[in-house]
Amino acid sequence: MDPLRQSPSPCSSRPSSPKTPPCEMLGYVGIEAVLDQLKIKAMKMGFEFNIMVVGQSGLGKSTMLNTLFKSKVWKCTPPGLAMPTPQTLQLNSVTHVIEEKGVKLKLTVTDTPGFGDQINNDKCWNPILGYINEQYERYLQEEILITRQRHIPDTRVHCCVYFVPPTGHCLRPLDIEFLQRLCRTVNVVPVIARADSLTLEEREAFRRRIQHNLRTHCIEVYPQKCFDEDINDRILNSKIRDRIPFAVVGADQQHLVNGRCVLGRKTKWGIVEGPRVGKPTTRKQTDLEIKSLLAARRTQGKAGGQGQRSGSCLAVENMAHCEFPLLRDLLIRSHLQDLKDITHNVHYENYRVCRLNESHVLPHGPCWVNLAPTPPGPSVAPGPSKVCRQTREDSDDNEDDY
Amino acid sequence: MTSEVARHLLFQSHMPTKTTCPSSQVSDDEQKQKRENIRSLTMSGHVGFESLPDQLVNRSIQQGFCFNILCVGETGIGKSTLIDTLFNTNFEDHESSHFYPHVRLKAQTYELHESNVRLKLTIVNTVGFGDQINKEESYQPVVDYIDAQFEAYLQEELKIKRSLFNYHDSRIHVCLYFISPTGHSLKTLDLLTMKTLDSKVNIIPVIAKADTISKAELQKFKIKLMSELVSNGVQIYQFPTDDETIAKINASMNGHLPFAVVGSMDELKVGNKMVKARQYPWGVVQVENENHCDFVKLREMLICTNMEDLREQTHTRHYELYRRCKLEEMGFTDVGPENKPLSLQETYEAKRHEFYGERQRKEEEMKQMFVQRVKEKEAILKEAERELQAKFEHLKRVHQEERMKLEEKRRLLEEEIIAFSKKKATSEIYQNQCYMASGSNLKKDKDRKKISNAQVLEGGSKRASESMRAGSLLYGAQLEGRNKRSQEHTWFVASYHQDLGIFYRRPLQVFWIVGDIYKMGQWAPPLF
Repeated sequence: MDPLRQSPSPCSSRPSSPKTPPCEMLGYVGIEAVLDQLKIKAMKMGFEFNIMVVGQSGLGKSTMLNTLFKSKVWKCTPPGLAMPTPQTLQLNSVTHVIEEKGVKLKLTVTDTPGFGDQINNDKCWNPILGYINEQYERYLQEEILITRQRHIPDTRVHCCVYFVPPTGHCLRPLDIEFLQRLCRTVNVVPVIARADSLTLEEREAFRRRIQHNLRTHCIEVYPQKCFDEDINDRILNSKIRDRIPFAVVGADQQHLVNGRCVLGRKTKWGIVEGPRVGKPTTRKQTDLEIKSLLAARRTQGKAGGQGQRSGSCLAVENMAHCEFPLLRDLLIRSHLQDLKDITHNVHYENYRVCRLNESHVLPHGPCWVNLAPTPPGPSVAPGPSKVCRQTREDSDDNEDDY
Repeated sequence: MTSEVARHLLFQSHMPTKTTCPSSQVSDDEQKQKRENIRSLTMSGHVGFESLPDQLVNRSIQQGFCFNILCVGETGIGKSTLIDTLFNTNFEDHESSHFYPHVRLKAQTYELHESNVRLKLTIVNTVGFGDQINKEESYQPVVDYIDAQFEAYLQEELKIKRSLFNYHDSRIHVCLYFISPTGHSLKTLDLLTMKTLDSKVNIIPVIAKADTISKAELQKFKIKLMSELVSNGVQIYQFPTDDETIAKINASMNGHLPFAVVGSMDELKVGNKMVKARQYPWGVVQVENENHCDFVKLREMLICTNMEDLREQTHTRHYELYRRCKLEEMGFTDVGPENKPLSLQETYEAKRHEFYGERQRKEEEMKQMFVQRVKEKEAILKEAERELQAKFEHLKRVHQEERMKLEEKRRLLEEEIIAFSKKKATSEIYQNQCYMASGSNLKKDKDRKKISNAQVLEGGSKRASESMRAGSLLYGAQLEGRNKRSQEHTWFVASYHQDLGIFYRRPLQVFWIVGDIYKMGQWAPPLF
């Protein structure tokens, strides 16, 4: 794709088609029943979602995953009994099938222990990029078969959650390098890990600085600005973009706070409240929660007060303590399909274009991608619309199709 | 397909698990999941991904839907009317004539809105189907059109930089085949056309103008039609029965195929409401009355229940078949010569290399040819140049020679002139001497005349004959005088008569000749 041209929105609502005169129907026909048909079909087929978590050890990745899906997705190691940190970066993948109200979701979680743990972390992102590209390659190979399957199994990584250690200063060089490379290949959602070590003011300042860093280095994290379709999307997404990176606290122990059962971390100076356990919220309530969070940004003093409520509406999870519900809503309740669409229509297409252009290089293994680092600065074209691989022969980049 | 997945208690969970389902299904799923290394998980709370289908639906609403119907049937059988009635709209169309020499297909796209659903509907009509006297080529344009739509989609899919989400899908999703209500059986043309089309598109046969058949006849007709279709191996579209919510109704509808339909957009008052109907002298046929015709069933099946399935069948079955055939035709295979799986990619690369190699070779060839031609042309031009040069040289030489000749001539001429002038000078001297020897005073004028004549001769024309004559002026006279042997020894003189322009001979008279010449003192008498 031309790096200077913004890629069209993946879920464009205006298909290119012949000029069609709108027709008035004189009565009810029943076309809207097609929506139900769609729903039935989708539920029969089931959904797939692949998520990857990247971050240094001890930041709470596994705990976060468990909390996100409210089950023991990953066996998290308590700190004392940890195995010696692996010498090289490993990628562990686990697949689960979870069901809720008739909707089946096949969830694949990929963890990356050993990321950033060595003394020399140079090129530690290569295995991760190799893994992501390998999934794209697998899909591509399936897609270009002559007799292909009815439903190609989708193992492409839809979302990558990147854990930023809570230094309180700004993004580290390792973070910047990694995010720069990854944001062109996959949807990246950065989160501030272990946010209970920062006060609210520190948290806000840290967040602003991170956002500034991301802007300076032209790192486009999800939700990407260039894929906003209409005004509603833009409003919603800009609110989300304002809160990124979310500050999460991993919590999987239940505590009783103010009569409510919440997951939280109990410390000597208080209980950090995480998401609530108990009766499920409806979608309306979720929206209310988001709205209330945006409305009520007052600081409530240091985190760790005796279970104070920061929101002003009914039954709000404690956003001041932990922004985990925001992350959960973003990932699952509102933007899951969008994540999948952008992966399929943008990242996968980018990969396919450059794969088909440099025809004679066939893969030799999982780590055959060697991205050359791009210079930081505003002169770099926006990430997701740029072809992700810079091969040795630069002349191939501008090659037209056959 | 089970509706509930078996849940296992794999890890310790704080919350109690939910109920399970029958054990047989459990073992099936277990095995399947074990094979795929997948574990199923219980959740201890509400996560929220039940909104996934809603998210999907929202996205589809944003994108819009697209549905393409092909109507095949004879002219005047009621295709346009039926479509109008189905979608409750008056699509603009005029009646087509019966006199088209070939079958053509006319496609029109409309955009329909209902609540929040936007549907892009394309109606493709066959114009002139079954009108020709020779109907052998009637179904070919239809097949070609369907293939062309598949081809366009395939081309888009094979592009390197493609935009499939933006692509206006023009593949035909359903073909309504209109059978004319003869009451007997299928026509040959119908059978042939349906046989050709059944592997390319979902066919739903309908009996058009069903109000011309009575109920009993209709039953028999339907049975006859279905048996004919089955015995000839025509695969018409069967409504899907794998999903329980719609399985029952679909199964029952499958038994009513082909639908006997009546189309009409005219409204009549029946009872106390306006219905779409056709008025006959003997009664009113209501379109939406289930007892009168199967229109409602058709609408229900086509639009409300199975539109999505039709689209999916077109994409996953018919399009894939077309794609497979087309790619195999182009020479791609999935399995290489040693039965190793050969990827399309590799074959494609190989072909591309081949193609490039071929192109390189052709380019080289053309270059060579070009160079050769240029060389030849150059040689020819050089040759021509050389010839011209030679000619030029030759001409130059010729010119040179001529010049030299002329020079030679001029030299000779000049020598002659010199010689003449010398001779003249000499003759003058002799003349003077001759005058002096004769001693004549008279005729000085004549002498002068002679001299002047001589001068004239000298100064005048330099003709060789004249000069010679003048030069041998006296000589001739001497000669003649001697030769004549006359009594008198006379001297003759050749003189030039100016007026007459001739030379004449005059006898000299000695006395005046000698005197004058002597007077001139330049002439001595000749001593002969």
